[in-house]
Amino acid sequence: MLRSILIVVLVLAVAGTGYWGYQEHQEKNAILVNSENNYQRAFHDLSYQVDLLHDKIGTSLAMNSRKSLSPALADVWRISSEANMDVGQLPLSLMAFNKTEEFLSNIGSFSYKTAVRDLDKEPLTDKEYKNLQSLYKQSNIIQNELRKVQYLVLKNNLRWMDVELALASGDEQQDNTIIDGFKTVENKSVGYSEKSDFDPTFTSMNKRENNFEHIKGKQISKREAAAIAKKYTGLQGNIKTKVESNGKGSDFEFYSVSLSDNQTKSQVNMDITKKGGYPIWLINTRDVNTTKISLNKASNSAAKFLKDNGFSSLELYESAQYDNVGVFNFVTNQDGVRIYPDSIRVKIALDNGKVIGFSADDYLKGHRERKIEKADLSVQEAKANINPKVQIMEDRLAYITNDTGDEVLCREFLGVIGEDTYRIFINAKSGQEEKVEKLQNAEPIYEQMI
Amino acid sequence: MKGMASIVKKGLFIFLVSFAVISGGSNAKAFTNQVIQRGAVGDDVIELQARLQNIGYYRGRIDGVFGWGTYWALRNFQKAYRLPIDGLAGTTTKNKLADASNFNRAFVHEQIRKGNEFTYYGGTPIEKQIKTKPAGAKKRAPKSPGRKVNKAATNSPAGFSQNDIQLLANAVYGESRGEPYIGQVAVAAVILNRLESPVFPHSVSGVIFEPGAFTAVADGQIWLTPNERAKEAVIDAINGWDPTGNALYYFNPDTATSKWIWSRPQIKKIGKHIFCE
Repeated sequence: MLRSILIVVLVLAVAGTGYWGYQEHQEKNAILVNSENNYQRAFHDLSYQVDLLHDKIGTSLAMNSRKSLSPALADVWRISSEANMDVGQLPLSLMAFNKTEEFLSNIGSFSYKTAVRDLDKEPLTDKEYKNLQSLYKQSNIIQNELRKVQYLVLKNNLRWMDVELALASGDEQQDNTIIDGFKTVENKSVGYSEKSDFDPTFTSMNKRENNFEHIKGKQISKREAAAIAKKYTGLQGNIKTKVESNGKGSDFEFYSVSLSDNQTKSQVNMDITKKGGYPIWLINTRDVNTTKISLNKASNSAAKFLKDNGFSSLELYESAQYDNVGVFNFVTNQDGVRIYPDSIRVKIALDNGKVIGFSADDYLKGHRERKIEKADLSVQEAKANINPKVQIMEDRLAYITNDTGDEVLCREFLGVIGEDTYRIFINAKSGQEEKVEKLQNAEPIYEQMI
Repeated sequence: MKGMASIVKKGLFIFLVSFAVISGGSNAKAFTNQVIQRGAVGDDVIELQARLQNIGYYRGRIDGVFGWGTYWALRNFQKAYRLPIDGLAGTTTKNKLADASNFNRAFVHEQIRKGNEFTYYGGTPIEKQIKTKPAGAKKRAPKSPGRKVNKAATNSPAGFSQNDIQLLANAVYGESRGEPYIGQVAVAAVILNRLESPVFPHSVSGVIFEPGAFTAVADGQIWLTPNERAKEAVIDAINGWDPTGNALYYFNPDTATSKWIWSRPQIKKIGKHIFCE
């Protein structure tokens, strides 16, 4: 009796487990299919967009009138950005696919720049036309390779989930048609990006100034770097110091200094350029739990800190309080002209007014002796180029880096429409509106609004 | 007669001095003695905004954040009252403002605490200037313990919303919660460097959720609740701190499985992560 009951119970248990397992399996499959489909959509969409891209560039080659060329180029810009978005949704981040992405983004910025230009006044130059032709050729190659991969994917029912697994396991030896196909696409793009010559303004858009070419001074040693770090932090006494040189992959040479003070439990990290021993950034890790001094006092101590450390003629232009820290943004002011590319940020703890952060990255990359040009336009003349709906509150002269990466002298205006404040830069020579920014308003705390 | 005159003079003097003391005293009670400047948050800013609104200079929301709207209102006030126009609320400006306007601290603070929409114009009964939240709205939990400053809004770095920052903090916390603080700033900086790079997606969510880009996204650790420190790290990175020397990738050498990542030129090591170009 007992035995048969036991058997029945066990049989039920086995059947139950089996059923549960089957259901789990089904669910897992459904999710896998779902992710696979997402990848497939992105992949086929990518190949479609590249088809479209190739065609669009082809038609724009044959166009002459501004009326049709501008919209066609705008279309190229849109399609290249969609293709780039598709790439971003494929599990390719663990393999080299940068060159293709760079190619797509280059097409995008080239077509954008030419699409927004007044082509009646400034038609495509021969060089730009050649660029367009080479983009056409290149997109053709990529299109063909992608189509090949697409054909194989469809023919052999290849799954992107396998690609993901192969890449994640690092086992790239195994034969994977998709990975191989994409590697071919990438190799062909490499060939392109090496020989292509876009005009110089073009590269500056993509490539930020990554080195500190303007700074002067002699090479410093590790010991000197440690001494500089101590000078900046004001730490004294029993401090553990560690100095490391940068790795081989860096665009510039620097030391990373870390100072730890066991007594105060504070830890300071700092990077210093090897040439000249300039501080790139500094972060002092400690908790700041109270606000005892005002933002204004803190901004004065930030200014004093900069002055004491030999950063002269700087002007505070932005300040903000985040909980118990104040963050201050300073820019160079040379002969009354603000130089926005030269910016330094300082972070002050509002409990004791001491510096807990410093970043001179932009300043060191941008700062140099500048010859301040004369503004051709008067304030009134520049004002005439501003939308009359903007009520102007403030104006000054300033250097900014514009869309094409050039430094230009502008008349800067701060103006108001309704509750919003705008910063408008009018080129002081040509009167062109170089940049219009809507300045950030404080954001409501949504927790309180629900 | 001479003695009489001097007594009168003395009396007048005492009277004036005491008057000055009294009015000075009430001013001191009005604001704390800090100089308030743009970017500040807190009770003094609430009072500044309410007082400026009371006499019609400020038309924005009273939220306790000294933004551009407050700045222009203050400058207009300074101009109208022939004060030096510097956009700073120093002693003279605060005193002038306190004399010219009234401020019902209890009322204003209550509205902010309750999260009501309200204004504080002079000339209209204040009770009529409240728009309470719809009855269906859930009552806000009593002040969350982490908040120290009374405000209804917050500063956020240009171009990023609080939700963007939260998403970044999630990613940073999921990826590097065991790392030192600068390691967390570094991870946030890598995400931001990718935003600027042409070969990565151009939005915060695009970069974070790119398939295979971050292990914390792949294994769901991104949905752990981040702490304040991760958020601070994100704000530092947005404000321009980049401890990585413009790195676009990083990996943990102990757990990295991809061979390709080792081929990237390495810049430096922070905590357990190696950062590369």
